[in-house]
Amino acid sequence: MEVYLDNSATTRCFPEAARLMYQVMTEDYGNPSSLHQKGVDAEKYVREAKEIIAKNLKVEPKEIYFTSGGTESDNLALMGAAHANQRAGKHLITTRIEHPAILNTMKELEKQGFQVTYLPVDDQGVVRIADLEAALTDETILVSVMYVNNEIGAVQPIEEIGKLLKNREKPILFHVDAVQGYGKFRILPKKMGIDMLSVSGHKIHGPKGMGILYVDEHVKIHPILFGGGQQRDLRSGTENVPGIAGLGEAVKEIYTDFNEKIDRLYGLREYFIEEIGRIEGTSVNGPRGRKGAPHIVSVSFAGVRSEVLLHSLEDKGIYVSSGSACASNHPAVSETLKAIHVKKELLDSTIRFSFSEFTTKEELDYTLEALRTLLPMLRRFTRR
Amino acid sequence: MFFHAFLIKYGEIGIKGKNRYLFEDALVAQIRHALKHVEGTFKVTKDQGRIYVHTEGEYDYDDAVAAMRRVFGIVGICPVVILEDEGFEKLGDDVVAYLKARYGEDCDKSFKVQARRARKTYPKASMEMNAELGGRILDAFPGMRVDVHEPELMIHVEVREHIYLYSDIIPGPGGMPIGTNGKSMLLLSGGIDSPVAGYMVAKRGVKIDAVYFHAPPYTSERAKQKVVDLATKVARYTGPIYLYVVNFTEIQLYIYEKCPHDELTIIMRRYMMRIAERIAEKTGSLGLITGESIGQVASQTVQSLAATNEVCTMPVFRPLIAYDKEDIVTISKQIDTYETSIQPFEDCCTIFVAKHPVTKPNINVIKRSEQKLMEQIDEMVDKAIETAELIVVG
Repeated sequence: MEVYLDNSATTRCFPEAARLMYQVMTEDYGNPSSLHQKGVDAEKYVREAKEIIAKNLKVEPKEIYFTSGGTESDNLALMGAAHANQRAGKHLITTRIEHPAILNTMKELEKQGFQVTYLPVDDQGVVRIADLEAALTDETILVSVMYVNNEIGAVQPIEEIGKLLKNREKPILFHVDAVQGYGKFRILPKKMGIDMLSVSGHKIHGPKGMGILYVDEHVKIHPILFGGGQQRDLRSGTENVPGIAGLGEAVKEIYTDFNEKIDRLYGLREYFIEEIGRIEGTSVNGPRGRKGAPHIVSVSFAGVRSEVLLHSLEDKGIYVSSGSACASNHPAVSETLKAIHVKKELLDSTIRFSFSEFTTKEELDYTLEALRTLLPMLRRFTRR
Repeated sequence: MFFHAFLIKYGEIGIKGKNRYLFEDALVAQIRHALKHVEGTFKVTKDQGRIYVHTEGEYDYDDAVAAMRRVFGIVGICPVVILEDEGFEKLGDDVVAYLKARYGEDCDKSFKVQARRARKTYPKASMEMNAELGGRILDAFPGMRVDVHEPELMIHVEVREHIYLYSDIIPGPGGMPIGTNGKSMLLLSGGIDSPVAGYMVAKRGVKIDAVYFHAPPYTSERAKQKVVDLATKVARYTGPIYLYVVNFTEIQLYIYEKCPHDELTIIMRRYMMRIAERIAEKTGSLGLITGESIGQVASQTVQSLAATNEVCTMPVFRPLIAYDKEDIVTISKQIDTYETSIQPFEDCCTIFVAKHPVTKPNINVIKRSEQKLMEQIDEMVDKAIETAELIVVG
């Protein structure tokens, strides 16, 4: 049995999205900038995808930009907005548990003379509004907070933050990295006070190499790539038409029967957490219930190294992550787990299970059974 | 500039009498193998005591030279221009044109012409050719001068069916051609040392097989892939490597359960040597190769080396035994294994390692500890050898 529980790393592409991409690549392969019919045909795919996404977010199609992925969307939002608004101030705020695409961009901005405040989180991995309020200054121009933390699934109080920032005398720009939240929550930027929103294609069963950046039309922002002036001069480069078409299709599909899917995922998650709790020496990190994302479960297994457990599960066809997959390239201890005060001896013993709409109860039962068999065996052989 | 052929120079010291043809045949075979993946068509021939690589049509010069520079036994590679024999007058023109193209119009190097008549019917004798071609060169390049003792340029003109012209020697790696000194089994880990050790022994003409000890789930597929990648890099010098991947988990856990923890590494290494030797015997290797270096880690103290050595009867070649780490790193960078070696995956030597392993193991104590494994170890070793996976790289 193959059980893929690493959907926060990436997801399987919807077959319908993949088919559409194939068609665009082999038949409607025109350049949207071309004046002839082939170009017009290609442009139609871009326009349609924009409309699907804009409708889903309840924003204008012209506020949707396509990028090469979540990382580029985050870079463009932070770099572009920080540079365009630096005369109003040079102070930025984010959290300690952001994805490296945010944290490392912030570090770069610090080198360029910006000041950045990194907010702590509570034991559930959630930002406290009071901390944010205390950090705001007259110099603050931009706040960036993730919708869902990629390692433990903590959901941040986005709407509250949005309100706080918009109700100030001098409103502050609000960017949300929704790479793990989009497709799991209904996100309405205009209602939530979000000025910029990053989304990744391959986390929602769309293609890799595709991202979305929503930018409210009133936001002042500079490009970070320069070229032919495509996408309203903000993101030059010939549009990735097949990727865009596939992404549009994925957005359509993931939000079909949405509430039903999400309720089912929450059911599965609670079941999994309950059952894991019955296994000796386990602790679940991050919030339970609706305060957590429906698809992420972070579990620490006392006395077992996560990489060894990961490979043992792999041997049974079960695919998971140790900590955050993106951080697994260079084995460093997870900042998020440290921020929520996971015990030191458990930092290297933590596994992330992440579900998708294709995950079934049978798969979870199979995984639980594997854990019950493997854990006692692995604990016999730990480093003395 | 287009070169039609390469003259291969090889070290003649140490090639004695009857063995010479073995050496040359092995070298020809290795050059053919090295050029197999280079774009172009190459003909490698042995002719009157010389090895030539002739090219046909277009080829990738840089890749071809790089490939030949990895063939052990080659001392120098001379790129050759082949000229039609259209008379001595024309030859003079061609030599001057060649020098202009190769070293510029205002070349001012000292030189010597070295003519050689393989075709004895050629109308001019070698000495005459030297003198007359030298004159032509002096006329064409006011800055050049003759130096018969230490010329900067040795201009070779070789009269065969056609005329071969060359003046550059690109240094080769030296050593002896693979296959002229039997075969040995390299214990390949994912580290910096063992690929270098394999390279060094191979350079003496020894064909290399390799064994890797894999311990899933404690070591990952990526750790194994890293070893395959390393073997592939070493194979660029050694030709194809048969890599035996031994599943070592069961044995390791058994030792871990039964033996004192601080002796784990030594006992584990003794079993690795035993297994490597058995596979070596089965597959025709005559020795073992390790990357050990005295004192580098606890398991490489002289006492530890004695304890691991004691289980083998085959000779164990340890080319790095007296090398400092920096020197090993320098070679690993030269042979391009360093970047791969430093990828951070755990290998099976590090996973259960004790905080304070014994550094001066007493062989008798170790042997007594191994008694505790009597019940199952032989069976486990047999199984590990039988189930070893063979991966051929290069």
